[in-house]
Amino acid sequence: MMRKPVDTGDPDRLYTVTGGRSRADESFDLVTLIVSESGPVPGMQSEHARILELCRHPTAVVEIAAEIGLPITVVRILLGDLLDTGRITARHPRAARSVASLPDSALLQEVLHGLRNL
Amino acid sequence: MGSATSELPSHRTPLNDAAETGLKIVVVGGFGVGKTTLVRSVSEIRPLNTEEVMTQAGVGVDETSAVAGKTTTTVAFDFGRISLNERMVLYLFGAPGQERFWFLWDRLFSGTLGAVVLVDTRRMDDSWYAIDRLEHHRTPFVVAVNRFDDDTSRYSLDEIRQALALPGHVPMVDCDARVRQSGKDVLITLVNHLHEMAIAEEATL
Ligand SMILES: Nc1nc2c(ncn2[C@@H]2O[C@H](COP(=O)(O)OP(=O)(O)OP(=O)(O)O)[C@@H](O)[C@H]2O)c(=O)[nH]1
Ligand SMILES: [Mg+2]
Repeated sequence: MMRKPVDTGDPDRLYTVTGGRSRADESFDLVTLIVSESGPVPGMQSEHARILELCRHPTAVVEIAAEIGLPITVVRILLGDLLDTGRITARHPRAARSVASLPDSALLQEVLHGLRNL
Repeated sequence: MGSATSELPSHRTPLNDAAETGLKIVVVGGFGVGKTTLVRSVSEIRPLNTEEVMTQAGVGVDETSAVAGKTTTTVAFDFGRISLNERMVLYLFGAPGQERFWFLWDRLFSGTLGAVVLVDTRRMDDSWYAIDRLEHHRTPFVVAVNRFDDDTSRYSLDEIRQALALPGHVPMVDCDARVRQSGKDVLITLVNHLHEMAIAEEATL
């Protein structure tokens, strides 16, 4: 499948944030949980530092995007940088990713149990 | 960035460190039908807002040819969070039902457990499109009828099912999106439905 080029909205700010890149790592799901493996270091791009701060505890991709006020695509690009340099790990969802197939009944049973106990 | 959330970092409630599995449920429906209200009533955090952008001209087109004359689609959506247990966390998304949103469905909501279609009986037409799209994407869903106080028509669920031409296997439920227990019941109805479908599917293996 061909990757979709992305217009990151506010061109000046977002061009700077991503260094002009537009191809995001689509393996980061909205609910992939990100965990920092190290703290920010001096001289690091501020958005990278911000993500490492946020992800001291597991934090979903969509929460990172909301917290730092950037579109999902831009966050996926930034996370790709941090993953490549070993500064984060990613806990991907285990639910089936193919649209038509359901997760197994055991997982759904756990979800039901969790909801009933709220 | 000037959002209220980033000014109050101390108010963030972090997830359990053992959290490993993120799950998604999407609430779709027309303008003002109560999506954000439903998300808020069941969420453990104040609903957050985020957006995704894409270049429409860029669908299936390479980067160079997309530079000129492209149109940008921005879709904003809100979400809340429910920690189900130490390891599992459910994210609930409130998504606008309008057309441009569906361009991003696969990119944002592939792998979603299922959807809640929120219906306001005074504007039932708004629900058609969402139902049609969900069927197209083969996303299992339930229909929740958000009963507004000033809605005097009081159609029964059966009447609404007929009006929406909903197949008998799609569960329907009444709700008041402002009430936490009612919101929980909607989610339980959906997951129960998914669970029954999964059991039936596993029985045929
Ligand atoms: N009486 C009544 N009012 C409701 C109910 N649910 C929502 N409302 C009200 O309806 C209005 C719209 O609700 P929202 O939750 O903002 O609707 P929405 O679908 O998120 O709206 P948009 O995001 O703008 O499309 C708010 O003023 C709510 O307080 C309900 O069940 N009963
Ligand atoms: Mg809303």
